[in-house]
Amino acid sequence: MAGGILYCHCAYARVVPAETKSAVLDGLSGSGTEFDAVADLCEMAARSDPRLRELAARGPVRIAACYPRAVKWLFASAGAKLADGARVFNMRTDSAGQILEGLEAGDGTGKDATTGGAP
Amino acid sequence: MIRTETRRLRVVVAVDGERTDVRKGRQRAETMRALLDKGYAVSAVREPPADGEIDSETIVLGADALSDTAPETVLDTVRALGEERGLPEGGTWKPWFPVIDYQRCTDCMQCLSFCLFDVYGVDKAGSIQVQNQDNCKTDCPACSRVCPEVAIMFPKYRHGPINGEEVHEDDVRREAMKVDISALLGGDIYAMLRDRSEKARSRFARERDDERALKERQKCLIRLQQDLDVPPEVLAALPTGDEIRAKAEAARRRAEQHSPGERKDA
Repeated sequence: MAGGILYCHCAYARVVPAETKSAVLDGLSGSGTEFDAVADLCEMAARSDPRLRELAARGPVRIAACYPRAVKWLFASAGAKLADGARVFNMRTDSAGQILEGLEAGDGTGKDATTGGAP
Repeated sequence: MIRTETRRLRVVVAVDGERTDVRKGRQRAETMRALLDKGYAVSAVREPPADGEIDSETIVLGADALSDTAPETVLDTVRALGEERGLPEGGTWKPWFPVIDYQRCTDCMQCLSFCLFDVYGVDKAGSIQVQNQDNCKTDCPACSRVCPEVAIMFPKYRHGPINGEEVHEDDVRREAMKVDISALLGGDIYAMLRDRSEKARSRFARERDDERALKERQKCLIRLQQDLDVPPEVLAALPTGDEIRAKAEAARRRAEQHSPGERKDA
Protein backbone atom coordinates (compact mmCIF):
# COMPACT_ATOMS: atom_id res chain seq x y z
CA MET A 1 0.00 0.00 0.00
CA ALA A 2 1.33 3.45 -0.90
CA GLY A 3 2.56 5.49 2.02
CA GLY A 4 2.71 2.61 4.45
CA ILE A 5 2.16 2.50 8.18
CA LEU A 6 3.91 4.63 10.80
CA TYR A 7 3.74 3.93 14.52
CA CYS A 8 4.84 6.54 17.08
CA HIS A 9 5.97 5.11 20.41
CA CYS A 10 5.71 8.48 22.23
CA ALA A 11 8.71 7.29 24.23
CA TYR A 12 9.38 10.44 26.22
CA ALA A 13 6.02 11.06 27.86
CA ARG A 14 3.18 9.12 29.37
CA VAL A 15 0.28 10.74 27.61
CA VAL A 16 -0.59 7.76 25.42
CA PRO A 17 -2.01 4.82 27.39
CA ALA A 18 0.73 2.19 27.66
CA GLU A 19 -1.70 -0.66 27.05
CA THR A 20 -2.89 0.91 23.79
CA LYS A 21 0.66 1.42 22.55
CA SER A 22 1.59 -2.12 23.51
CA ALA A 23 -1.41 -3.70 21.84
CA VAL A 24 -0.90 -1.71 18.62
CA LEU A 25 2.80 -2.60 18.46
CA ASP A 26 2.06 -6.26 19.28
CA GLY A 27 -0.55 -6.33 16.55
CA LEU A 28 1.69 -4.75 13.94
CA SER A 29 4.76 -6.83 14.70
CA GLY A 30 2.79 -10.07 14.75
CA SER A 31 0.99 -9.34 11.50
CA GLY A 32 4.03 -9.64 9.28
CA THR A 33 3.07 -6.39 7.61
CA GLU A 34 5.55 -3.69 6.66
CA PHE A 35 5.65 -0.67 8.94
CA ASP A 36 7.92 1.98 10.41
CA ALA A 37 8.10 2.53 14.15
CA VAL A 38 9.67 5.69 15.53
CA ALA A 39 10.55 6.47 19.13
CA ASP A 40 8.82 9.82 19.31
CA LEU A 41 7.51 12.09 16.56
CA CYS A 42 7.83 15.16 18.80
CA GLU A 43 11.48 14.44 19.44
CA MET A 44 12.10 13.86 15.73
CA ALA A 45 10.41 17.15 14.88
CA ALA A 46 12.45 18.93 17.56
CA ARG A 47 15.69 17.89 15.90
CA SER A 48 14.30 18.23 12.36
CA ASP A 49 15.04 14.60 11.62
CA PRO A 50 15.23 14.30 7.81
CA ARG A 51 13.46 10.95 8.15
CA LEU A 52 10.21 12.81 8.73
CA ARG A 53 10.47 14.26 5.25
CA GLU A 54 11.28 10.83 3.84
CA LEU A 55 8.23 9.32 5.56
CA ALA A 56 5.95 12.13 4.40
CA ALA A 57 7.24 11.87 0.84
CA ARG A 58 6.15 8.25 0.53
CA GLY A 59 2.54 9.14 -0.06
CA PRO A 60 -0.60 8.91 2.05
CA VAL A 61 0.88 7.32 5.14
CA ARG A 62 -1.32 5.86 7.90
CA ILE A 63 -0.10 7.00 11.29
CA ALA A 64 -0.77 5.62 14.75
CA ALA A 65 0.10 8.47 17.09
CA CYS A 66 -1.99 11.13 18.85
CA TYR A 67 -4.22 14.01 17.77
CA PRO A 68 -4.25 14.54 13.98
CA ARG A 69 -3.87 18.32 14.29
CA ALA A 70 -0.74 17.87 16.40
CA VAL A 71 0.72 15.23 14.08
CA LYS A 72 0.14 17.32 10.96
CA TRP A 73 1.85 20.41 12.37
CA LEU A 74 4.68 18.42 13.95
CA PHE A 75 5.56 17.17 10.49
CA ALA A 76 5.17 20.70 9.11
CA SER A 77 7.46 22.11 11.79
CA ALA A 78 10.20 19.83 10.47
CA GLY A 79 9.56 20.94 6.89
CA ALA A 80 7.66 17.76 6.02
CA LYS A 81 4.26 18.05 4.38
CA LEU A 82 2.02 15.04 4.75
CA ALA A 83 0.57 13.83 1.46
CA ASP A 84 -3.12 14.23 0.69
CA GLY A 85 -5.00 11.31 2.13
CA ALA A 86 -2.63 10.73 5.05
CA ARG A 87 -4.67 9.33 7.94
CA VAL A 88 -4.01 9.60 11.64
CA PHE A 89 -5.26 7.16 14.28
CA ASN A 90 -5.29 8.57 17.77
CA MET A 91 -3.86 6.24 20.42
CA ARG A 92 -4.81 8.74 23.13
CA THR A 93 -8.51 8.29 22.46
CA ASP A 94 -9.15 5.23 20.30
CA SER A 95 -8.90 1.55 21.17
CA ALA A 96 -6.05 -0.62 19.90
CA GLY A 97 -8.56 -2.76 18.03
CA GLN A 98 -10.02 0.18 16.13
CA ILE A 99 -6.55 1.48 15.31
CA LEU A 100 -5.18 -1.83 14.05
CA GLU A 101 -8.26 -2.39 11.96
CA GLY A 102 -7.91 1.03 10.37
CA LEU A 103 -4.15 0.75 9.83
CA GLU A 104 -4.38 -2.61 8.17
CA ALA A 105 -7.51 -1.89 6.15
CA GLY A 106 -6.10 1.30 4.63
CA ASP A 107 -9.66 2.17 3.67
CA GLY A 108 -9.75 5.83 4.58
CA THR A 109 -10.81 5.40 8.18
CA GLY A 110 -9.06 7.50 10.82
CA LYS A 111 -8.78 11.25 10.57
CA ASP A 112 -7.52 13.10 7.55
CA ALA A 113 -4.28 14.69 8.72
CA THR A 114 -4.09 17.14 5.84
CA THR A 115 -7.26 18.94 6.88
CA GLY A 116 -5.95 19.44 10.37
CA GLY A 117 -8.00 16.73 11.94
CA ALA A 118 -11.39 17.08 10.32
CA PRO A 119 -12.81 13.70 9.38
CA MET B 1 19.52 28.86 18.39
CA ILE B 2 18.10 27.29 15.26
CA ARG B 3 17.65 23.55 15.30
CA THR B 4 20.24 21.42 13.64
CA GLU B 5 19.32 18.26 11.83
CA THR B 6 20.51 15.13 13.56
CA ARG B 7 20.05 11.48 12.72
CA ARG B 8 19.75 8.35 14.78
CA LEU B 9 20.36 4.72 14.04
CA ARG B 10 17.52 2.81 12.39
CA VAL B 11 17.07 -0.92 12.73
CA VAL B 12 15.60 -2.64 9.69
CA VAL B 13 13.95 -6.00 10.25
CA ALA B 14 12.99 -8.38 7.47
CA VAL B 15 9.40 -9.66 7.56
CA ASP B 16 7.77 -12.16 5.25
CA GLY B 17 4.26 -10.72 5.13
CA GLU B 18 2.84 -13.71 6.98
CA ARG B 19 1.23 -13.54 10.41
CA THR B 20 3.72 -14.98 12.87
CA ASP B 21 2.88 -17.25 15.81
CA VAL B 22 1.87 -15.54 19.03
CA ARG B 23 5.07 -16.24 20.98
CA LYS B 24 7.36 -15.00 18.23
CA GLY B 25 5.14 -11.98 17.60
CA ARG B 26 5.23 -11.00 21.27
CA GLN B 27 8.99 -11.41 21.53
CA ARG B 28 9.49 -9.39 18.35
CA ALA B 29 7.29 -6.63 19.78
CA GLU B 30 9.17 -6.79 23.08
CA THR B 31 12.48 -6.22 21.33
CA MET B 32 11.04 -3.41 19.22
CA ARG B 33 9.73 -1.78 22.39
CA ALA B 34 13.17 -1.98 24.00
CA LEU B 35 14.73 -0.31 20.95
CA LEU B 36 12.03 2.36 20.70
CA ASP B 37 12.31 3.14 24.40
CA LYS B 38 15.95 4.00 23.79
CA GLY B 39 15.18 6.28 20.87
CA TYR B 40 15.95 3.98 17.93
CA ALA B 41 13.66 3.72 14.94
CA VAL B 42 12.63 0.28 13.68
CA SER B 43 11.37 -0.56 10.21
CA ALA B 44 9.76 -3.86 9.30
CA VAL B 45 10.26 -4.44 5.57
CA ARG B 46 9.75 -7.29 3.15
CA GLU B 47 12.73 -6.39 1.03
CA PRO B 48 15.65 -5.25 3.16
CA PRO B 49 18.34 -3.24 1.41
CA ALA B 50 21.11 -5.26 -0.20
CA ASP B 51 24.53 -5.20 1.46
CA GLY B 52 25.88 -2.53 -0.84
CA GLU B 53 22.86 -0.27 -0.28
CA ILE B 54 22.98 -0.13 3.50
CA ASP B 55 23.96 3.31 4.76
CA SER B 56 25.83 4.04 7.96
CA GLU B 57 22.59 4.90 9.79
CA THR B 58 21.00 1.53 9.18
CA ILE B 59 21.39 -1.91 10.72
CA VAL B 60 19.63 -4.84 9.07
CA LEU B 61 18.47 -7.80 11.14
CA GLY B 62 16.63 -10.94 10.17
CA ALA B 63 13.13 -11.37 11.65
CA ASP B 64 14.42 -14.25 13.76
CA ALA B 65 16.97 -11.98 15.42
CA LEU B 66 14.10 -10.15 17.05
CA SER B 67 12.03 -13.17 17.99
CA ASP B 68 14.79 -15.59 19.03
CA THR B 69 17.28 -13.31 20.78
CA ALA B 70 16.80 -11.66 24.16
CA PRO B 71 15.77 -7.98 23.78
CA GLU B 72 18.71 -6.84 25.95
CA THR B 73 21.17 -8.63 23.69
CA VAL B 74 19.73 -6.98 20.57
CA LEU B 75 19.74 -3.61 22.34
CA ASP B 76 23.38 -4.02 23.41
CA THR B 77 24.40 -4.91 19.86
CA VAL B 78 22.56 -1.94 18.37
CA ARG B 79 23.94 0.40 21.02
CA ALA B 80 27.51 -0.75 20.33
CA LEU B 81 27.08 -0.31 16.58
CA GLY B 82 25.57 3.12 17.10
CA GLU B 83 28.49 4.23 19.24
CA GLU B 84 30.91 2.85 16.68
CA ARG B 85 29.20 4.94 13.97
CA GLY B 86 28.88 8.05 16.09
CA LEU B 87 25.08 7.86 16.25
CA PRO B 88 23.87 8.28 19.82
CA GLU B 89 20.79 6.68 21.29
CA GLY B 90 17.95 8.93 22.35
CA GLY B 91 18.28 11.07 25.42
CA THR B 92 15.87 11.49 28.26
CA TRP B 93 14.67 14.96 27.25
CA LYS B 94 10.92 15.25 27.20
CA PRO B 95 10.31 16.92 23.85
CA TRP B 96 8.39 19.92 25.09
CA PHE B 97 8.03 22.86 22.74
CA PRO B 98 5.20 24.75 21.05
CA VAL B 99 3.86 23.56 17.71
CA ILE B 100 2.02 26.21 15.71
CA ASP B 101 -1.15 25.46 13.77
CA TYR B 102 -0.68 27.86 10.87
CA GLN B 103 -4.23 27.32 9.74
CA ARG B 104 -5.30 29.14 12.88
CA CYS B 105 -2.37 31.49 13.55
CA THR B 106 -2.91 35.14 12.61
CA ASP B 107 0.63 36.33 13.41
CA CYS B 108 -0.64 38.53 16.20
CA MET B 109 2.70 38.06 17.98
CA GLN B 110 1.12 37.69 21.41
CA CYS B 111 3.09 34.49 22.00
CA LEU B 112 6.34 36.19 21.04
CA SER B 113 5.60 39.10 23.34
CA PHE B 114 4.53 36.85 26.15
CA CYS B 115 7.19 34.12 26.15
CA LEU B 116 9.87 34.97 28.66
CA PHE B 117 12.49 32.72 27.14
CA ASP B 118 12.75 33.79 23.49
CA VAL B 119 11.31 30.56 22.15
CA TYR B 120 9.58 32.48 19.35
CA GLY B 121 11.01 34.55 16.55
CA VAL B 122 9.95 36.00 13.23
CA ASP B 123 11.00 34.57 9.88
CA LYS B 124 12.06 36.59 6.85
CA ALA B 125 8.47 36.85 5.71
CA GLY B 126 7.43 38.34 9.03
CA SER B 127 5.62 35.24 10.26
CA ILE B 128 5.89 33.92 13.75
CA GLN B 129 7.95 30.76 14.13
CA VAL B 130 9.38 28.60 16.87
CA GLN B 131 13.11 29.25 16.78
CA ASN B 132 14.57 28.21 20.13
CA GLN B 133 12.77 25.09 21.25
CA ASP B 134 15.48 24.23 23.72
CA ASN B 135 14.63 27.39 25.65
CA CYS B 136 11.08 26.19 26.28
CA LYS B 137 10.38 25.24 29.90
CA THR B 138 9.16 21.68 30.24
CA ASP B 139 5.49 21.46 31.21
CA CYS B 140 4.90 25.20 30.76
CA PRO B 141 2.01 25.77 28.31
CA ALA B 142 1.53 29.44 29.19
CA CYS B 143 2.03 30.83 25.66
CA SER B 144 -0.70 28.56 24.31
CA ARG B 145 -3.05 29.97 26.92
CA VAL B 146 -2.57 33.52 25.72
CA CYS B 147 -3.02 32.65 22.03
CA PRO B 148 -6.39 34.14 21.03
CA GLU B 149 -6.77 31.68 18.14
CA VAL B 150 -5.89 28.51 20.07
CA ALA B 151 -3.17 27.99 17.47
CA ILE B 152 -0.39 26.83 19.80
CA MET B 153 -0.15 23.18 20.74
CA PHE B 154 1.97 21.19 23.11
CA PRO B 155 1.31 17.61 21.94
CA LYS B 156 2.45 16.13 25.24
CA TYR B 157 0.12 18.28 27.32
CA ARG B 158 -2.63 16.50 29.25
CA HIS B 159 -5.68 18.43 28.12
CA GLY B 160 -7.28 19.70 24.95
CA PRO B 161 -7.15 21.74 22.88
CA ILE B 162 -3.55 22.48 23.86
CA ASN B 163 -2.64 18.83 23.23
CA GLY B 164 -3.81 19.11 19.61
CA GLU B 165 -7.39 18.07 20.11
CA GLU B 166 -9.80 19.67 17.66
CA VAL B 167 -10.63 23.25 18.52
CA HIS B 168 -14.25 24.11 19.21
CA GLU B 169 -15.85 27.52 19.21
CA ASP B 170 -16.13 27.34 22.98
CA ASP B 171 -12.35 26.98 23.21
CA VAL B 172 -11.84 30.09 21.10
CA ARG B 173 -14.26 32.07 23.23
CA ARG B 174 -12.64 30.87 26.41
CA GLU B 175 -9.12 31.64 25.23
CA ALA B 176 -10.18 35.03 23.93
CA MET B 177 -11.26 35.89 27.43
CA LYS B 178 -7.77 35.12 28.65
CA VAL B 179 -5.93 37.16 26.03
CA ASP B 180 -5.77 40.20 28.21
CA ILE B 181 -3.34 38.65 30.62
CA SER B 182 -3.28 41.82 32.60
CA ALA B 183 -6.91 41.24 33.46
CA LEU B 184 -6.20 37.90 35.01
CA LEU B 185 -5.48 39.36 38.36
CA GLY B 186 -7.64 42.41 37.99
CA GLY B 187 -5.01 44.57 36.33
CA ASP B 188 -1.49 44.63 34.99
CA ILE B 189 0.25 41.78 36.77
CA TYR B 190 3.58 43.54 36.77
CA ALA B 191 2.08 46.80 37.95
CA MET B 192 0.22 44.85 40.55
CA LEU B 193 3.32 43.10 41.78
CA ARG B 194 5.18 46.40 41.79
CA ASP B 195 2.33 48.06 43.61
CA ARG B 196 2.14 45.32 46.16
CA SER B 197 5.86 45.47 46.58
CA GLU B 198 5.69 49.23 47.16
CA LYS B 199 2.80 48.86 49.58
CA ALA B 200 4.70 46.14 51.32
CA ARG B 201 7.74 48.42 51.52
CA SER B 202 5.67 51.19 53.09
CA ARG B 203 4.33 48.69 55.54
CA PHE B 204 7.89 47.60 56.28
CA ALA B 205 8.56 51.15 57.32
CA ARG B 206 5.51 51.13 59.54
CA GLU B 207 5.45 47.55 60.68
CA ARG B 208 8.75 46.06 59.51
CA ASP B 209 6.68 43.08 58.42
CA ASP B 210 8.68 41.77 55.47
CA GLU B 211 7.44 38.27 56.02
CA ARG B 212 3.87 39.37 55.39
CA ALA B 213 4.85 41.17 52.18
CA LEU B 214 6.62 38.11 50.91
CA LYS B 215 3.56 36.01 51.64
CA GLU B 216 1.39 38.40 49.64
CA ARG B 217 3.70 38.23 46.67
CA GLN B 218 3.77 34.46 46.84
CA LYS B 219 -0.02 34.37 46.99
CA CYS B 220 -0.21 36.51 43.89
CA LEU B 221 2.25 34.30 42.00
CA ILE B 222 0.49 31.13 43.08
CA ARG B 223 -2.74 32.47 41.62
CA LEU B 224 -1.01 33.24 38.34
CA GLN B 225 0.50 29.77 38.35
CA GLN B 226 -2.92 28.19 38.82
CA ASP B 227 -4.60 30.29 36.15
CA LEU B 228 -2.01 29.57 33.48
CA ASP B 229 -0.71 26.20 34.69
CA VAL B 230 2.79 27.65 34.78
CA PRO B 231 5.53 25.76 36.65
CA PRO B 232 6.91 27.61 39.68
CA GLU B 233 10.43 27.79 38.24
CA VAL B 234 9.08 29.78 35.30
CA LEU B 235 7.49 32.28 37.62
CA ALA B 236 10.72 32.51 39.52
CA ALA B 237 12.35 33.74 36.31
CA LEU B 238 9.80 36.46 35.52
CA PRO B 239 11.39 39.49 33.85
CA THR B 240 10.39 42.99 34.74
CA GLY B 241 7.44 44.72 33.15
CA ASP B 242 9.82 47.06 31.31
CA GLU B 243 11.67 44.12 29.79
CA ILE B 244 8.42 42.58 28.61
CA ARG B 245 7.25 45.85 27.07
CA ALA B 246 10.60 46.34 25.31
CA LYS B 247 10.40 42.85 23.87
CA ALA B 248 6.86 43.35 22.66
CA GLU B 249 7.86 46.62 21.02
CA ALA B 250 10.85 44.99 19.30
CA ALA B 251 8.61 42.20 18.03
CA ARG B 252 6.07 44.70 16.73
CA ARG B 253 8.81 46.59 14.89
CA ARG B 254 10.17 43.38 13.37
CA ALA B 255 6.71 42.37 12.22
CA GLU B 256 6.12 45.81 10.66
CA GLN B 257 9.40 45.66 8.77
CA HIS B 258 8.27 42.61 6.87
CA SER B 259 5.49 42.54 4.38
CA PRO B 260 3.13 39.59 4.73
CA GLY B 261 4.88 36.67 3.10
CA GLU B 262 4.23 33.12 2.14
CA ARG B 263 2.41 31.18 4.78
CA LYS B 264 3.76 27.89 6.09
CA ASP B 265 0.46 26.10 5.59
CA ALA B 266 1.12 22.42 5.15
